[in-house]
Amino acid sequence: MKFIDEYRDAELAQKLLGNLQKTITRPWTMMEVCGGQTHSIMKSGLDQMLPPEVNLVHGPGCPVCVTPLQLVDKAIALASRPDVIFTSYGDMLRVPGSTRDLFAVQATGGDIRILYSPLDALRIARDNPEKTVIFFGIGFETTAPANAMVVVQAKTHGIRNFAMLVSQVTVPAAISALMESPDVKVDGFLAAGHVCTVMGYWEYEPLAARYHIPIVVSGFEPVDILLGILDCVRLLERSKYEVRNAYARSVTREGNKPAQTIISRVFEICDRPWRGIGVIPQSGYRLREEFAFYDAERRFPEIQTIDTKESGLCISGLVLQGIKKPHECPAFGKECTPQKPLGATMVSSEGTCAAYYRYGVLPSSSGKEAGIGEYPFHKGKVSGVRSNDR
Amino acid sequence: MCLGIPGLVTELYESNGMKMGKVDFGGVVKEACMEYLPEIKVGDYTIIHVGFGLSILNEQEANETLELLKQISAAGEQEVFGG
Amino acid sequence: MTGKPNFLGWTCPRPLQGYPTIIMGHGAGGKMMADLIQHLFTPAFNNEWLGQMGDSTVIELSSLVTRPTSGNTHLTSPVPPHSSLAFTTDSYVVSPLFFPGGNIGELAINGTVNDLAMRGAKPLFISAGFIIEEGLPMETLGNIVHAMAVAGKNAGVQIVTGDTKVVQKGHGDGLFINTSGIGVISAGIDISPRNAHPGDIVVVSGTLGDHGMAIMSVREGLQFETTIQSDTAPLNGLVEAIIKTTDILATPQKFAVEGVKNSKVCPIHCLRDATRGGLAAVLNELAEASHVGIEFEEKKVPIHPEVNAACEMLGLDPYYIANEGKLVAIMAEDAADKVLAAMQSHEYGRDAAIIGRVLAEHPGLVTAKTSIGGRRVVDLPSGELLPRIC
Repeated sequence: MKFIDEYRDAELAQKLLGNLQKTITRPWTMMEVCGGQTHSIMKSGLDQMLPPEVNLVHGPGCPVCVTPLQLVDKAIALASRPDVIFTSYGDMLRVPGSTRDLFAVQATGGDIRILYSPLDALRIARDNPEKTVIFFGIGFETTAPANAMVVVQAKTHGIRNFAMLVSQVTVPAAISALMESPDVKVDGFLAAGHVCTVMGYWEYEPLAARYHIPIVVSGFEPVDILLGILDCVRLLERSKYEVRNAYARSVTREGNKPAQTIISRVFEICDRPWRGIGVIPQSGYRLREEFAFYDAERRFPEIQTIDTKESGLCISGLVLQGIKKPHECPAFGKECTPQKPLGATMVSSEGTCAAYYRYGVLPSSSGKEAGIGEYPFHKGKVSGVRSNDR
Repeated sequence: MCLGIPGLVTELYESNGMKMGKVDFGGVVKEACMEYLPEIKVGDYTIIHVGFGLSILNEQEANETLELLKQISAAGEQEVFGG
Repeated sequence: MTGKPNFLGWTCPRPLQGYPTIIMGHGAGGKMMADLIQHLFTPAFNNEWLGQMGDSTVIELSSLVTRPTSGNTHLTSPVPPHSSLAFTTDSYVVSPLFFPGGNIGELAINGTVNDLAMRGAKPLFISAGFIIEEGLPMETLGNIVHAMAVAGKNAGVQIVTGDTKVVQKGHGDGLFINTSGIGVISAGIDISPRNAHPGDIVVVSGTLGDHGMAIMSVREGLQFETTIQSDTAPLNGLVEAIIKTTDILATPQKFAVEGVKNSKVCPIHCLRDATRGGLAAVLNELAEASHVGIEFEEKKVPIHPEVNAACEMLGLDPYYIANEGKLVAIMAEDAADKVLAAMQSHEYGRDAAIIGRVLAEHPGLVTAKTSIGGRRVVDLPSGELLPRIC
């Protein structure tokens, strides 16, 4: 596929790795914010090919993972109603709520439908006038234009049997919160290429200046990520704290203006709780008063009070902030696996824990009690496959 | 957070009051909303995320980067980006 | 019978013609059901065993080998000592019932034929149980049954017994089919998931992911335009071609030894059709059962470019997508070239390719060399595949 295959080229990747090896002179910790980037890194095996001085930590860039438990429980409550057709992006169906997930609701008769595009929710609403169609509007700024457009269309065309359960979060506030946290030790960031496609990267300039960190906007293919890491390392080695664009084929400093206009028309900035982390001020969107009718939480006020119960074992908050790696969690691979996840980071396909489990860091599948870093990825024993004694 | 895939715009039209298009991803064709790309033309490549076009791919930038990459040597610490 | 079912040409068309859809009475065991059997199932499947019309169908053991079964008779002597009977069952619940490249009926025949073939058996007789949802159009049932008859002929098997039940509207997805099958395994053929050895070669019989993505392409909320078709096919002929590269069949007495795990006796060690869970599920199951490691190279796996594109678009991994006409074969290294050539000469193996090897390292784990030269673990798929937005 054009614009994809070129950025998966093994020769180019090797060249960049060699260049990186020559450039880096001391350990640096970099965080990539986007779950899609985490997924790509693990799937291509890139993280084990990086020089040992590069410590890549994975940030809270997975809207599935950071959607608050209470919202998941609300979604489950709504989906259980016989007068509701609950629609969602696929990723959310397996996320555990306090007692069950949306899949379980489907199993007991809930009408739950996976959509690729949220516009299909309106089509379903038109086809089912006797039901209320609710869309689970999760996402970062990348998805906000799509979610916003659905609400605009619903209002314009007078579609009254539609509502959105909003779980929108934004990146810059999260970076601020991470840098303010004493537990988080990050030297530089790889910013999310598609978030910046929408929003531009001018918002990151004050962050770079305030916290003395380089921020490099990066794409998603292995070569794109290597370009981002290389540029970030170069800046770190020269103590230059700037924002740079390593995904210029899609990103400009200003971003997509028409998209930003619709986002501002439909949403306003608000405080948002992030699952496992807590409330980050000014880190999310909610529907403006003009569109309040389409807010599922206001349309169905009975879901305002829902009791939630998070797993005591789950440390996904620490993983999302890059403070712990998944294999450092005592439940990883034991009580918590993709088949029986305790937290969202093990469920979502780009959640860090799931990525680690799926692509590389496994306990023995033959049931032997083994620590990660020993069997089967004992350093040197399986050459080239990642060891995790960073 | 951003599964966005580049595709080729093969058709543009209006539907339900929105600018829509047919996008070809290596042989697979899907409809997408182009409301956020008023300047898009048939023949452009675009990044599609959840059925919406978010950017028009800048082929010139892409080619320049790839050319630069092909020229860098693994041994030397060459500037991949200006400045 | 040739062509589509001819509702008007049946000897007593009135009973069935009077009912354009299936109703509860068709499963009640009385005259309506008898009419259905007499005027729909029997003409379609049409053989002497089905003609017995008893509570069970009786098959003489000698007929397992001496009776010609539609031309494919390589077993012409009475059942030789140390032959085995293979017996399998599977249920088919696919929705939609008709999809690009096929329908549930073809899946039901080919799937069960393939389960038998994967143990090296010659498939002979099939049973077909139908659970029909009240309201299914008679024409739909007729078309599916006709497709089963055609598939049966193509595979060289007879459908010799069956059952029909009707459930109330809302209690089934239109139609569920269960097929069971029996076949005979010649002496010397010892093909089992436990037989893989380090050093063995891993081969796939063709492009992966076609069936699953064909279904995805017509699934509500995800649909896309494509030329991808289901690959549903009977693989017993291909398996026969593979086994013929050894000399087992020519001299069965020579190989009349039970339970010998010896590559010299039967160099074909494992065969599995890559259905639900795709390549990843099969390789993981084989690695676990044989207690070996398996590694394949991503760029050697044949995947149709459109399947690849569709997977990219939805964020799916082609190794986890279902196939209905592809097998994975694990064989002794020195048998590989001959087997590959035999597969590529067969209509269902044209795109066969060597994709990897069996290793002594990391038993129970499957790894893959990625496109950029890294290495990743290819885990068992966890639950239903979900398209992702991240």
